[in-house]
Amino acid sequence: MAIAFDLAAQTVQMFLVLAVAPFLLGVTRMVKARLLRRIGPPPWQPYLDLWKLMHKEAVLAHNASWLYRTAPYVIFAATWVAAALVPTFATGLMFSWAADLIALVALLATARFALALAGMDVGTAFGGIGSSREMMIGSLAEPAMLLVVFSVALIAGTTQLSAIASHFIDAHVGLRVSLGLALIAFVFVAVAENARIPIDNPATHLELTMVHEAMVLEYSGRHLAMIEAAAAVKLVLYFSLLSCLFFPFGMATADQSLGPLTVGIVSYLGKLLVLAILLPIGETAVAKMRVFRYPIFLGGAFAAGALAVFLLFVSRSF
Amino acid sequence: MSAERLAALIADRAPVSGHRPWPRYEIDHDTWIAIGQALGEGGGDLLGLWGEKDNVHLALRVAGEAVPCVVTVRVRIADFPSIGRFHAPAIRLERAVRDLYGFAPIGMLDRRPWLDHGAWSMRAPLGSRPPAARRDPGTYDFLPVKGEGLHQIPVGPVHAGIIEPGHFRFTANGEIVARLEQRLGYVHKGIDGLLTDTDLERAGRIMARVSGDSTVAYSFAFSLAVEQALELEAPPRAQVLRGIMAELERTANHLGDFGAICNDASFSLIHAHCGIFRERVLAASERAFGHRLMMDRIVPGGCEDASPGAPRAIQTMLEEIEQPFAEIVRLYEDTPSLQDRTCHTGFVSPDLAAQWAAGGHVGRASGRDFDTRRDFPYPPYDNASFEVPLFSAGDVDARIWVRIREIEQSMAMIKTWIADLPAGPSRAELPPLAGVREGIAMTEAFRGDIMAWVRIVDGRIARAHARDASWFQWPLLEAAIESNIVADFPLCNKSFNCSYSGHDL
Repeated sequence: MAIAFDLAAQTVQMFLVLAVAPFLLGVTRMVKARLLRRIGPPPWQPYLDLWKLMHKEAVLAHNASWLYRTAPYVIFAATWVAAALVPTFATGLMFSWAADLIALVALLATARFALALAGMDVGTAFGGIGSSREMMIGSLAEPAMLLVVFSVALIAGTTQLSAIASHFIDAHVGLRVSLGLALIAFVFVAVAENARIPIDNPATHLELTMVHEAMVLEYSGRHLAMIEAAAAVKLVLYFSLLSCLFFPFGMATADQSLGPLTVGIVSYLGKLLVLAILLPIGETAVAKMRVFRYPIFLGGAFAAGALAVFLLFVSRSF
Repeated sequence: MSAERLAALIADRAPVSGHRPWPRYEIDHDTWIAIGQALGEGGGDLLGLWGEKDNVHLALRVAGEAVPCVVTVRVRIADFPSIGRFHAPAIRLERAVRDLYGFAPIGMLDRRPWLDHGAWSMRAPLGSRPPAARRDPGTYDFLPVKGEGLHQIPVGPVHAGIIEPGHFRFTANGEIVARLEQRLGYVHKGIDGLLTDTDLERAGRIMARVSGDSTVAYSFAFSLAVEQALELEAPPRAQVLRGIMAELERTANHLGDFGAICNDASFSLIHAHCGIFRERVLAASERAFGHRLMMDRIVPGGCEDASPGAPRAIQTMLEEIEQPFAEIVRLYEDTPSLQDRTCHTGFVSPDLAAQWAAGGHVGRASGRDFDTRRDFPYPPYDNASFEVPLFSAGDVDARIWVRIREIEQSMAMIKTWIADLPAGPSRAELPPLAGVREGIAMTEAFRGDIMAWVRIVDGRIARAHARDASWFQWPLLEAAIESNIVADFPLCNKSFNCSYSGHDL
């Protein structure tokens, strides 16, 4: 019975993430449009876009290899599995015992690797530029992300997300300097990983400034749909991770009956919505930075993460 | 020194009769070569170089002289001495002349075609028209770049955004641009051919469509040139209305550019607001002159009269946008992330700007103090008071500031004019036309100076030519991007905002 319930909770979490992802993307786009005094498309537009792409012909370059065709599915699968590892409205995930935060970082790195390879596969200049920039961002963002993981793990005593969330909810961790630093580092990393301003502009039409879009410039039809869906899921993944690590209130922990689960779902969706509104506000306030400023931006994230870890080594009460 | 030599070369010559207002001299090949050398040594500005049947013309201004002149050399069989080998700004113009007329510039090292991409099924369509096999438009010998770790990035002619076509070949070392080479000519429309042996009205309509965003400036230049040729002056009301239209066009385009440059740094807030301002200007233009871009409003002899409600419509629009525009300018100043992108990006040295005689915001951001409205004054600017903004930083930021200051100046000028609009007719009858008459005029479009030249034979345009400001700005973009990063190219490019259509003719 318990196993069936766990399995059900895990399944619901997996599909919830998938179901809300396009909507959240739509919300960020709508808020951005409103901030720029446009009406903008409705928040469900990304569902229609995905539906449209699914039914369009996938055009392939003559020299595209099997790698180019399979990469979108690998990217989507890896991202979705990673998203399934993050507790959203309830802790005690089944998959949580099979993989932890470090595995999550590795899964995202796998998706990035596949995307970068696919970007270079057909041999266009833009794919190469995009892949090279993406790997530069990855090489800077991943260490910073691992430091965030370590600082959180040092407090909770584990790298398993469910356990961390439970610990933060039940053990009254309170406000901590190290967590504040880790939060800053995490937000920087999340901005970079999701290709948002100031690192990348998801809405740009300037091929020379693109990072993520440059790698997927040649994709079309169902392949593009998979990549777009993966990008949307990745955004939700980072939103979920942020709320799970730093704002875990409302999450159903030990008592997983209908009442706490409802509270969990409602508070989770509320948190996602708040983040989806905050993101475009932040994006409107700054310009995109020069490519050579990425190391400074992500170096800041790394420094904040490192400081959080050092503080915890000095004293566990920071 | 070289200026004096250049002046001496054209002094004491008898100008060709019937060419107004600048003198035109017919010279021999040796003088032509000497002029090229003097230009190359900095003796003056090249203002234009164009061909016609049997002749090649060159417009120039001797440094320090108030009135420019035109010199003409007869083509010897099918060639003429190259100016480009001494004075680099002439190279692309000479390549265009060769493609269109088949006249070979003797001594020019660059023998690659410029406008002719091999899709015409003939060569020299305005010259001897020998049939030629179609070539693959993709083949073009880009200048070789050698070095370790260099790689090429071809961009365009079809871009990810909806913009005009142009090919940019980057040679980069990682993210750093080692060299950029442009290839243009994709929107060649045969303007020079269309402006050969045609009637005045049709020629005016073609001129207005050389580059749609500068349609007022082109019609203005063409009308002035025709009026000069026919020794006619537009009535006072038309002169002021022309000024209002030209400044409305400048304001609208500068507002659009200001927003678009910021948008290329992914700062879309300014873009959104500038889009609204620009729309207000265009809507007011529609109410005042019956067309958003004011196309075909200016004609030889005057202009279409404004609607009775024009002064009010424009006045209201100016009052509406003045205050919010000042706030947006403050936002631009107060956004460090945006300033970080625009300052010190895309530097054009004052020397290059002077050598190329780059007009408009490109020149004035690099310390070239030139504005056609002030330096070759034409009505209504000869009686207007305005300042020409000048910056010396030469970067994207300076080019933005030139635009901001020009918007302010333009709005002030429009205000003065609409407050005191002269009464009377807005069009003058064209006098009876006979004989061969030639006219030339330069006006200040929002990009910089444009030139129009006409030859009228018995009331018909025998030959006309339009030279866009972009001819002397595009090459500087190649210099501006050098040692910048690849990702900053869109920003630099937008800060130039050169015309493809006006350049490809």
